[in-house]
Amino acid sequence: MFEDYRGVWVFIEQNEGEIEGVSLELLGAGRKLADKLSVPLSGVLLGLEIKELCPEIISYGADQVFVVDHAVLKDYRTESYMKGVILLAEKYKPEIFLYGATPNGKDLASAVATDLSTGLTADTTMLDVDLDNRLLEASRPAFGGNIMATILCKKHRPQMGTVRPKVMKALEKDNSRIGKIIEEEIFLQEEDMRTKVLKIVKDVTKKARLTDAHVVVAGGKGMGDLQGFQLIHELAETIGATVGGTRDVVEAGWLPHEQQVGQTGETITPKIYFAIGISGAIQHIVGMKNSEFIIAINKDPNAPIFDVATYGIVGDAMEIVPRLIEQFKVLQKEKGGEVSYV
Amino acid sequence: MHIVVCVKQVPDTKIIKINPKTNTLDRRSAPAILNPYDAHAVQEAVKIKKMIGEGTISVLSMGPPQATAVIKKSIEIGADRGYLISDRAFAGADTLATSYALSKALERISKEQKIDLVICGLHAIDGDTGQVGPGIARRLDIPPITNVIEVTEFNKKEKTVLLKRKIANGYQLIEAQYPCLLTVGKEINEIEYSPMPNMIKAARYEPIIWTVNDLENVDRPQLGLKGSPTIVGKMFTPPKPEGGKKLDGNADEQVAQLIALLEDKKELLFANH
Ligand SMILES: Cc1cc2nc3c(=O)[nH]c(=O)nc-3n(C[C@H](O)[C@H](O)[C@H](O)COP(=O)(O)OP(=O)(O)OC[C@H]3O[C@@H](n4cnc5c(N)ncnc54)[C@H](O)[C@@H]3O)c2cc1C
Ligand SMILES: Nc1ncnc2c1ncn2[C@@H]1O[C@H](COP(=O)(O)O)[C@@H](O)[C@H]1O
Repeated sequence: MFEDYRGVWVFIEQNEGEIEGVSLELLGAGRKLADKLSVPLSGVLLGLEIKELCPEIISYGADQVFVVDHAVLKDYRTESYMKGVILLAEKYKPEIFLYGATPNGKDLASAVATDLSTGLTADTTMLDVDLDNRLLEASRPAFGGNIMATILCKKHRPQMGTVRPKVMKALEKDNSRIGKIIEEEIFLQEEDMRTKVLKIVKDVTKKARLTDAHVVVAGGKGMGDLQGFQLIHELAETIGATVGGTRDVVEAGWLPHEQQVGQTGETITPKIYFAIGISGAIQHIVGMKNSEFIIAINKDPNAPIFDVATYGIVGDAMEIVPRLIEQFKVLQKEKGGEVSYV
Repeated sequence: MHIVVCVKQVPDTKIIKINPKTNTLDRRSAPAILNPYDAHAVQEAVKIKKMIGEGTISVLSMGPPQATAVIKKSIEIGADRGYLISDRAFAGADTLATSYALSKALERISKEQKIDLVICGLHAIDGDTGQVGPGIARRLDIPPITNVIEVTEFNKKEKTVLLKRKIANGYQLIEAQYPCLLTVGKEINEIEYSPMPNMIKAARYEPIIWTVNDLENVDRPQLGLKGSPTIVGKMFTPPKPEGGKKLDGNADEQVAQLIALLEDKKELLFANH
């Protein structure tokens, strides 16, 4: 009976006409699964006046895009979005359906899974398929993150999962790719909706900056106290970086939660990540290990942070960081030009 | 206003052991606590009751008999009464089967007193999915509003509630008809100190306990392990990465080497915020 279910789908989350990064990452991950299963990869796009986003979805790896364009779909709402997604899933029967583990993606996937009466794996960080059984192997950290669990859904279709942002890699954009656009009608009326989005307020605080930052200076409990942690701020300011920290630092009140990196904070992939006085617990590592260039400073040569660091300095942060700041200031002068800090 | 809060007993994930044979938690290895998010959910119900000046707060939990502890804890925070559904038939449930069992219990509770609002935690720290809340809402056919960060206002005449819901880049201001289901995180409120009368009430309180036979119209294959589409295939420790080079020498030498390594990344540095 599962022969009817074919193809890999990715829910394309757009907010006011802009595609979320995680959706593009999922097209990259979905492409691999689809190739392995020899099936098409489809994007599922809902919204109002969003058709012009289709070429972008194809250029990031989709073979086809299902689009539902309707006034009721202007802003995300569980009620209206789930109706559209369920309509498509029941008609075209995908075998695998992935969503970004964002507030909206998780909300939507949970509702859809209930109505389709199928399995949903939350916060996946590794994806693969068992080709013989066409089974999605969705792995995620379990029990506080010390171990990974592979979740299977053998007897129901589609196999669904939400996937954490920034752990999968988007493909290089390729405008020469071609694909099909399939438009679908949906019959919904605003009067039938029991929720209304009155307005959307954008938040432009540090949190957004942490996930967008190219350079992050993160500090841990090894900075000693709030006073010692000032060195982290100082270094960050010197090189124009954003400050991050471990959960222990957040719990100590040295930083707000928005700046926590890790399993219960943000997952980030900056170009340069400084981990200073951070031991490198697994829950921290999952949030930063895909950074391009990782520098660890820790006085314990056996600290696990060195296992993920591109370069490590074994030493006392209180001695190293002030010297770094000094040297960076010299380097900056050589670079010249005006520099302003916010 | 009748508010029902779903509360789960969870092992404290900081201290935990896993049974290698069954790939499940050895629940005896960790102290059991009220899921922290659910404590905020109960606190929010207390706040709402104060805000509108009347109401009843019930809490509902599914779990082993010991889970009465989290109901007592909820009474301490300010709940009026508590229900536990406890039966072998519920055991081994994933999120789909959990939301099914809880929705059946909610149907029974609403027969005793109509429910206006259901509140769940954003997620449970053990299962960590956040899927049960929206699942319950779908089964009861009421709108789910997840990630609520503020309950602003009730309009009892129109039967609407004004809410702020967190999204990736800010928040939505939502007007929802109730009954509806909310899920809440930690930022929605601060847990207050429990007043003495609550403590006394909690100590004496005996929750109402139901088995599967106390629920109506239950389709048994949808319960517990049998009703769970997802299974744990295998468990593994994540592969250990290699690690890079450690810089040598004294502090000055190490810093000099690092600065040299970063020379070609200068374009990234000193950029304006
Ligand atoms: C369910 C769960 C979720 C979690 N989520 C997260 C999360 O999202 N993010 C997160 O970060 N953690 C998380 N944790 C906590 C995590 O397990 C660790 O406890 C935490 O990351 C440790 O923080 P730390 O490295 O700052 O402190 P510590 O582990 O105390 O490490 C301090 C380090 O500083 C070094 N040090 C001390 N003095 C100096 C000095 N003068 N110079 C240089 N080095 C020095 C020490 O050698 C040590 O390695 C979670 C835990 C659980 C159970
Ligand atoms: N066994 C349970 N009993 C009562 N409520 C539960 C149970 N499991 C989950 N919930 C509710 O659903 C929320 C989300 O749980 P989860 O989807 O498992 O992360 C929790 O915070 C609770 O409010």
